Amino acid sequence: MSAAPLLEARALTVEISGKYVCRNFNLALYPGNCVGVLGSNGVGKTTLLHSLVGLRSVDSGEIFLNDVPLKALPRRRIAQQLGLLMQQQEDSLPATVLETALIGRHPHIDFWRWESHSDVNLARRALKLVGLDGLEQRAQTQLSGGERRRLAIATIITQDPQIFLLDEPTHQLDPHHQLALLGYFAKLARTRNRAIIMSLHDANLAARFCGQVMLLFGDGEMQHGSVDDTLNTENLSRLYQTPMVPVKWSGGTAYLPG
Amino acid sequence: MQQRLHPLLLLSALTVLALSALCVALAVGSVHLPLHSVMSALEGGGDPLTRTLVLELRLPRALTAFATGGLLALAGALMQVLLRNPLADPYILGVSGGAAVGALLSLLLGMAGFWVSGSAFVGALISMLIVFVLAHGRGGWTPTRLLLTGIVVAFGWGAAISLLLVLSDNASLRGMLFWLMGDLSYRSSGWLPLMVVIAGLAICLPFARHLNVLARGETLAEALGISVRPFTIAIYIAASLFTAVAVTEAGAIGFVGLVIPHMLRLVSGSDHRTLLPGAVLLGGSLLMLADTLARTLVAPEQLPVGVVTAAIGVPVFLYLLNRARGPL
Repeated sequence: MSAAPLLEARALTVEISGKYVCRNFNLALYPGNCVGVLGSNGVGKTTLLHSLVGLRSVDSGEIFLNDVPLKALPRRRIAQQLGLLMQQQEDSLPATVLETALIGRHPHIDFWRWESHSDVNLARRALKLVGLDGLEQRAQTQLSGGERRRLAIATIITQDPQIFLLDEPTHQLDPHHQLALLGYFAKLARTRNRAIIMSLHDANLAARFCGQVMLLFGDGEMQHGSVDDTLNTENLSRLYQTPMVPVKWSGGTAYLPG
Repeated sequence: MQQRLHPLLLLSALTVLALSALCVALAVGSVHLPLHSVMSALEGGGDPLTRTLVLELRLPRALTAFATGGLLALAGALMQVLLRNPLADPYILGVSGGAAVGALLSLLLGMAGFWVSGSAFVGALISMLIVFVLAHGRGGWTPTRLLLTGIVVAFGWGAAISLLLVLSDNASLRGMLFWLMGDLSYRSSGWLPLMVVIAGLAICLPFARHLNVLARGETLAEALGISVRPFTIAIYIAASLFTAVAVTEAGAIGFVGLVIPHMLRLVSGSDHRTLLPGAVLLGGSLLMLADTLARTLVAPEQLPVGVVTAAIGVPVFLYLLNRARGPL
């Protein structure tokens, strides 16, 4: 494994309205890692991701970005290295698809400069990647729910951070786009030294695209390990408090709610 | 697909519009002046009477109208981003209500000129401070909390205005109503508000790209590297101060601040690097033209400029909105 982790959490404790999201949690995220975060509704997946970006103060412990404490870094420096795909986005004021994707370049553009040609090219490439090419001048509000989700994904691809924190990237996407985009992110981690943490609601997608998974059982209890060691009937049934049934198929084992 | 105007083309067109509106404002009035004598008066030549008319009467009023319209449109654009609400206008958080109560109180006490403006400005600042402190509740400073605090404070000012109108005698009532509808005849020399609008635009313009990001939500803006808290507080203070200066100069002229930013979004998109200077030019031009009409249509009587602004702006805006198929 290479020298320093890109993102490191040491003894992190996060509490939200009297419940632990994580307790004494340690994480070291290296280039190439792709971690899936699984857990039932309201267990704190979003809170955990927001804490790791520094959008939310933590109760104890510390987070390091390339060995520098996150708290010591200005927001812009963080945004150059660490990207967050949010679960929801506001769109009360009008904007076009291309303008929205270009927003991702904001942390990389110096104060007095405008978006350069290469910034626009990055945005166009990202839009093509999520299948929104040809819609650049369309109003964002005229897109369907799934298309808007893909636009948000294009925005973070345009941002091009070292570390991607993706909050339910597959939400609202059809199976084709789920596979295509998760495949893209997994490949990005493998071939271009990016690191990815994504919260998912589908253990099978995690098994397929992530090397490691993090199970959030609630009240700070957590299990973090390789997919093979962690994803099993017992853990998943406990995680969702629903019996999960393993089903063998040509790609391995899938789990279905029984 | 909607055809968008190129930013440079738009801004040049708006500059031409503003200059033409200025020429009209200087040439038209109780005495119509040909353009060449306006020009020679501006250069310090021509006959003394024309010079006095242009330099001491019409120019200050035109400059005040331009600056006021520009400030209101600029403040409107900022408020819409701050609250992320397309219905926001410069008055929505109660700044004009505070100013109106200050102005009416001084009119009721028989004061005039500087004292009316001065107490309007003080009223605006008090209102701005009240909303700022109260919106800072335990749950933090969300757009909804800010909006509700501002609207409720504005409602309180509205009640106070009604009370003052009822209490006032007939002699001062007319002046009060004119103030409330917006009136440029208490104008100052015009240079102060003009400086404020130029300085305001110069300060806001470098942050226009940040505004583009903030328009998509606070969490996203924070995740994309903007320190949202200090930035939003700065926007609030800037927008409130611009509004306070505008209201102090010309009373509560409605409509400009709400509609000018939307007109520009419909015509040229929502990039604030174009939107902010465009709003100043278009808002300023609209108010200059409206004021020229207000003082000439029924001369020697004057119409309240707010009425004329709406008479021009309402049909133009409805036409644009109805025609638009793009964003909004």
